[in-house]
Amino acid sequence: MKTILKTVGLNKEYQLGSFPRNVTIKALNNVNLTVESDQPVIISVVGESGSGKTTLAKVILRLVKPNSGEVTIDGHRIVGKGANPDNNEFLRTVQPIFQNPFEAFSRYRTIDTYLVEVATRVAGLGKAEAVAAVEAALAVVGLEYKDVRGKYPNQFSGGELQRASVARALIPHPSLIIADEPVSMIDASRRMIIINLFLALKQETKTSFLYITHDLATAYYISDYIAVMTRGTVVEFGEAKQVLQHPQHDYSRLLLSAIPSLDHKWSDEIAAGKKLAAVTEAAG
Amino acid sequence: MIKLDNVVATYTMQRGQVNAVDGINLEIPTGLILGIAGESGCGKSTLMKVIYGDTGFPLGLSAGSVDYGFENDRREPVTSQNIQKEWFKRISYIPQSSMSSLNPVVRIRHQFTDFPATSRNKAQTLERVRVFVQKLGLPPESIDAYPHELSGGMRQRIMVAMATFLQPEIILADEPTTALDVVVQKEILILLMELQKEMKNTIIFVSHDMGVHYQLTDKMLIMYAAKAAEYANTADIFREPLHPYTLMLTGSLPTIGDDRARQGLPGRPPSLWELPQGCRFAPRCPLATELCRTVEPALAEHRPGRFSACHYADSVPQLQASMRNAPKLSDVAKDTPKRAPQAASALQLDEAGTSAGQREEVAR
Amino acid sequence: MTSNVSSGVLVKSPAAKPVRRRLPKLNGRLYVGLSIVSLFILGSLVLPLFSKVDPAAQGTYLKNLPLSAKHVLGTNALGQDIFWFLVAAIRNSLLLGVGVSIGITAISTFLGLSAGFIGGWYERIVVIFIDTFITIPVLPILIVLGALVRGNTSFAIVGVILVCFGWAWNARTIRSMVLSLREREFVNMARFSGASTFDIIYREIFPYVYAYIVVGFINTILFAINTEAALAVIGLSKVQVPTLGSIIFWALNYNALMIGQMAWIVAPIVATVLLFLGLFLTSTGYNELFAERRGVA
Repeated sequence: MKTILKTVGLNKEYQLGSFPRNVTIKALNNVNLTVESDQPVIISVVGESGSGKTTLAKVILRLVKPNSGEVTIDGHRIVGKGANPDNNEFLRTVQPIFQNPFEAFSRYRTIDTYLVEVATRVAGLGKAEAVAAVEAALAVVGLEYKDVRGKYPNQFSGGELQRASVARALIPHPSLIIADEPVSMIDASRRMIIINLFLALKQETKTSFLYITHDLATAYYISDYIAVMTRGTVVEFGEAKQVLQHPQHDYSRLLLSAIPSLDHKWSDEIAAGKKLAAVTEAAG
Repeated sequence: MIKLDNVVATYTMQRGQVNAVDGINLEIPTGLILGIAGESGCGKSTLMKVIYGDTGFPLGLSAGSVDYGFENDRREPVTSQNIQKEWFKRISYIPQSSMSSLNPVVRIRHQFTDFPATSRNKAQTLERVRVFVQKLGLPPESIDAYPHELSGGMRQRIMVAMATFLQPEIILADEPTTALDVVVQKEILILLMELQKEMKNTIIFVSHDMGVHYQLTDKMLIMYAAKAAEYANTADIFREPLHPYTLMLTGSLPTIGDDRARQGLPGRPPSLWELPQGCRFAPRCPLATELCRTVEPALAEHRPGRFSACHYADSVPQLQASMRNAPKLSDVAKDTPKRAPQAASALQLDEAGTSAGQREEVAR
Repeated sequence: MTSNVSSGVLVKSPAAKPVRRRLPKLNGRLYVGLSIVSLFILGSLVLPLFSKVDPAAQGTYLKNLPLSAKHVLGTNALGQDIFWFLVAAIRNSLLLGVGVSIGITAISTFLGLSAGFIGGWYERIVVIFIDTFITIPVLPILIVLGALVRGNTSFAIVGVILVCFGWAWNARTIRSMVLSLREREFVNMARFSGASTFDIIYREIFPYVYAYIVVGFINTILFAINTEAALAVIGLSKVQVPTLGSIIFWALNYNALMIGQMAWIVAPIVATVLLFLGLFLTSTGYNELFAERRGVA
């Protein structure tokens, strides 16, 4: 059994404001997640803004240092006391996909340069092999090299840029791709192209995903496991279909009841006299 | 009845002029909640601005007009020409971001007394305000606070309070809950529904979230590339859409408990600078024919009370049925090398630019 | 490799143009600004080739001659031909301005970029350095220094002093630009693509500050010429060397207006104003051009 992802006791605090009226925000509160599997899996981390899900992604990506705790991926201990993985080895284990496809690429660089760069520097390929790897990765996401050669980001739509991001992340064959709200800035009718792509990649390239989102419906569609977070704490974790259809924790229930879904109407709820579930947390 | 008579709204930019709203002809019955849905670049925010009367360079109402169905104090009918005078009194606006609408260095109560229509007696007005905000679930002291002292949800309730305080007949809300958490969003939306029931006004609500429309609205207008694609009761829009774009919009997103495979809609809306001939959706439409590519369909009443701008509106239900029979996702995953089933056959995509559509996408 | 993904043909976009590859279309301001500046540069470099006489040598001609074919602007009270003196002055001022600007731009860009991006104790030290130099008021210091050396300084020293006191402000601005740029997502993207710190500074961040640097360069030329002129007018630069400032110094000293030698005082003023106008238009023209490219204008 491979360790897809294992976090132990992750804590992260931020100080806001200045002395003496500073306040401590606990962005991550003792986050323990363990996912082991022989097959690649898709793990969703769902929560509202401020729940800590983005901080979790940043910690795993080593963009932010936690106050304590450690992270292990595929046997490599990448975060924690004394964990100092070789940069290239790390980049071959974990790769990110960011939320804003328009910000993911510099306005002044052509898209293909990023792809070639990751092939030569991270995957360590020679010039010719790099081009082949780039072509292969682009083909997987439904693009061709000629579509990106010499083209700047402003010539593409959000969905296309996001696909290019995915291709870039695939080239070093990481075990885990961290996707932080990858479709929230894409038009609703086109989101499924990227979502279905993740599912296909899980099978084709055997890549696992950590899918961070506030959208429970796509999380349901795509994930094997799901972690529900609020205020830095993981309140529920388990098989996606289970958690989302039979939530155990109050917060999970609250979250599920609040989504504007298409299967029941709130007006019926109100008519039936049901009060809104514990609103104190959400207090205004 | 609010009448939109061939409304054309134009932006004047360095590059030239572009019609962000290109001919909308509608009658909106009063006393209900109308939702305007569509994706980036469709023109829904511009339409809201036009309806609100907030047109100023570079945006202009280059053709058509809006008739609001009521008269002003001088017994004249209110149209796009004189709607500005009725701001806050007969028509109001709830913006997306409360933080950029509330003056951060001023206590909230001062902004309530800023309205031109408010009576001279400030103290009296403030008392009424304090009572009013409690109805919206806010403590009366909240208006004495500075905006940053309140949470996002509370601020948005303040915006709703300001918009409804003088009980206007028309309330426009442009994505008022997009920046809020799901739980808070539900509260604000239910609040709006209850206020509407009580005050019997008309709410026009813009959102890109179809789920919100389903919960909140009575009637819906679906916009695509500056034109109206479909206009019908919300129930009909979701149950049996009569426009392929609506079908793709409502049918592409997953719901919890539903294990069927879903498809996204490839391609993107046409750039408003380079519009295709004929139907603007034809390049991406699974039902498109030569007719669609040459003749632009008009918004026609294909079924009573249901308008669609599509030559093949009657074929859409069949398309919907075939999509309903899509295989379960788990079955699809087993056949890895095969393509996931498309609701449409090979889609032909035309050339499309970026500019206007992209900019709005970025702005969003 | 077959793909399981529903995807169409990638839509081609002929309408949007790439950001950098084609030659910039100059706008009105740039045309006028660059024309003026080029005129000055060419004039001051080429014309002296035609003069056999050292324009700074005093007593070469009869004093206070009026405008004529031989002396286009007449001669001054020191027996110098005003026109040729002016040409030499423009050249020296420009040389000083450009030289100082190159020095200032190089230092401020290097320090600003590195401090902003690298951070840590390196940044703290550089920032202390920058803030100290910013708070030192340039002109009073120069006046004091000038008073101490009383014209016994070389022209080059004046330039060096200008560089020393002029680099700090731009460095600070560049540093703040970098601070915000380094949080942007494409920087992370580059990191995860294996880019080194130098790569990121040069390829990701630099293009975004490039516009500011170009405009800053031109403005610094203005600053340098201006400050030197201010010093010269009060007599604290090496006034034997022809510069725009020193002409005015001599003209004021010899009461050019009183003795009717209008050209002596008017010509340098007109030249200075025109040069500044040209530089200003070029600077704002570039600003507009860059804004247009970004799609903001």
